[in-house]
Amino acid sequence: MKRAFSFRKLAAAPHLVWSVLFIVAPLLFVAYYAFTDSTGAFTLSNIAALTAENYRMTFLRSISYSLIATVICLMIAYPVAYIIARSRKHIQGTLIMLIMLPMWMNLLIRTYSWMAIIQDTGFLNEILSAVGLNKIHIINTPGAVILGMVYNYLPYMILPIYSVIVKIDHRLIEAARDLGASTSQVLTKITLPLSISGIISGITMVFVPSISTFYISQKLGGGNYDMIGDAIERQFMSNYNYNLGAAMSFVLMILILLCMAVMNRFSDEEEEAKTGGMII
Amino acid sequence: MKKTVENKPGGGKIVELKNISKAFGGERVLDGISLDIHDDEFITLLGPSGCGKTTTLRIIGGFETADSGDVFFDGKKINNLPPHKRSVNTVFQRYALFPHLNVYENIAFGLRISKKTEAEIRSAVKNMLAKVNLSGFERRHVDSLSGGQQQRVAIARALVNQPRVLLLDEPLGALDLKLRKDMQRELKEMQKNTGITFIYVTHDQEEALSMSDTIVVMADGKIQQIGRPEDIYNEPENAFVANFIGESNIVDGVMLEDYLVSFAGQTFKCEDKGFGKNEPVDVVVRPEDIDIVSVADSMLTGDVESVTFKGDYYEIIVDIEGFKWMIETTDRQTVGATIGISIDPYEIQVMRKSIYSGTFGDYSSFSDEIDTLSDAKAGEEA
Repeated sequence: MKRAFSFRKLAAAPHLVWSVLFIVAPLLFVAYYAFTDSTGAFTLSNIAALTAENYRMTFLRSISYSLIATVICLMIAYPVAYIIARSRKHIQGTLIMLIMLPMWMNLLIRTYSWMAIIQDTGFLNEILSAVGLNKIHIINTPGAVILGMVYNYLPYMILPIYSVIVKIDHRLIEAARDLGASTSQVLTKITLPLSISGIISGITMVFVPSISTFYISQKLGGGNYDMIGDAIERQFMSNYNYNLGAAMSFVLMILILLCMAVMNRFSDEEEEAKTGGMII
Repeated sequence: MKKTVENKPGGGKIVELKNISKAFGGERVLDGISLDIHDDEFITLLGPSGCGKTTTLRIIGGFETADSGDVFFDGKKINNLPPHKRSVNTVFQRYALFPHLNVYENIAFGLRISKKTEAEIRSAVKNMLAKVNLSGFERRHVDSLSGGQQQRVAIARALVNQPRVLLLDEPLGALDLKLRKDMQRELKEMQKNTGITFIYVTHDQEEALSMSDTIVVMADGKIQQIGRPEDIYNEPENAFVANFIGESNIVDGVMLEDYLVSFAGQTFKCEDKGFGKNEPVDVVVRPEDIDIVSVADSMLTGDVESVTFKGDYYEIIVDIEGFKWMIETTDRQTVGATIGISIDPYEIQVMRKSIYSGTFGDYSSFSDEIDTLSDAKAGEEA
């Protein structure tokens, strides 16, 4: 019995080593650098430096852009996920495959492709002028940055929503129809409430990578719209100010945790509604 | 052959099916179903699984459309009317309660859709909950209810809309025996009190016999017989109906002339007429309708092969010239004894030959277990 117990402990060792090496240690490093100066002495000056105007703007921009991108993703993804989930089984597989296909390509390549498309002399404007319409200026605007985020993270919104909708028992929909609900009433009163959990995980999966994204803004925003991810990268890769970079990462982490806590509250309320609430 | 008796004189037709056929993926599940359903009627579609009874119900509910034939509701053709526009509500198999809503909101669902005021909804739901003995369960989540309670919510959710017709798709299938018996009684009560037409689907013949005003026996996508429970039991139209409902001895016979039938090497008086002279027929005699008499007074004699004590009667298998008869009797018999039997003319039911002739009725390899197994198999095949 004792032997078996120690063996079990032993079996968990690789996981433990992995966690310490790749999760706990990096986090400790981030915290260490964030609260020390270049000599290694404890300081809060790195955190304090982030209250400067330009960093406040960067954080604010990151939050607002990723919120907008998340909302747009949701608005596009829900109908797409709904249509896929309601189509025939073998078509579903193909459509999901098509959604996932771009994810297999490198983010940089995809971002460069978008540059080629939306440049002032790019593919899109060529077509517009060919059909006699005015050219539009997209590249190097906030819109272009958000477009890049939406494009890159859309599949992460579609997939969880799709997998929840596809599991909704069809008899519930028949029951609602039987009780007089029209197609749109079935959607708002049955399908939508039953897919809340997919929506919440979709929002998390899009918002978190969006807020910490880098590179997209540099390429599609022309470097005019710094995101936190870009600022962190610059501190580590060109300014070599690890302490400031770590402080930014630390604050970003806290921000994300706060957002997740808010999201979880929403899903908790959803659970509560199940056990006792009333939807009127 | 006897006519099936029209039930409930006075009740107008509410649902009419005319020559309905339906195939799924090339396989025909309904083959020319015609059926009239009346106001205030408790009608049961009875048959083994795969006989087309659920498809028939779904066509009435609007969840399937027939390939050919017409559906009328109150005299109006409703072939292509979607479910939400029909004054029909359904109690689904395994209930299909909305998991994100509590008991109150589940029942109120249809009322909210039809834009009733909050006060109307509150009193209607309250009344309904009282009717199904679930007062005080308003705020409970449906997953926290037992099967029987979920069943009641499903019934309440449908009935609260006061439909003209309530469709019930094997609603008691998931309940244990005791609960099922109670619910059968309650459903029958509800039907009587509300005056709503119930169309009930089941494969359980006992359930059908004890609840229905009218039973529609179905097999292989066709209606085999329509009639009151007594008629279905006492005067089955063919070997399938005789076998499916209750126990029965089905033997080959010849109709010599009106009121005279020959089987098992003897000639018997009977109450059937209208067959051709010397027409081959199936003869059905229920096990409880056979009298055991002294050999001297007997019409037939046979050897007792097995005796099974069933509580209030004995079930014995008797070999009469190679055919094994089942007899239910209150007199104890001994295995191996030779006994005489007698059958009164009114206990003999003569049926025309059908595709089901010769498939049922001999108890030579009978055991309850095999009976259950073969029922299940018949269900799968159908």
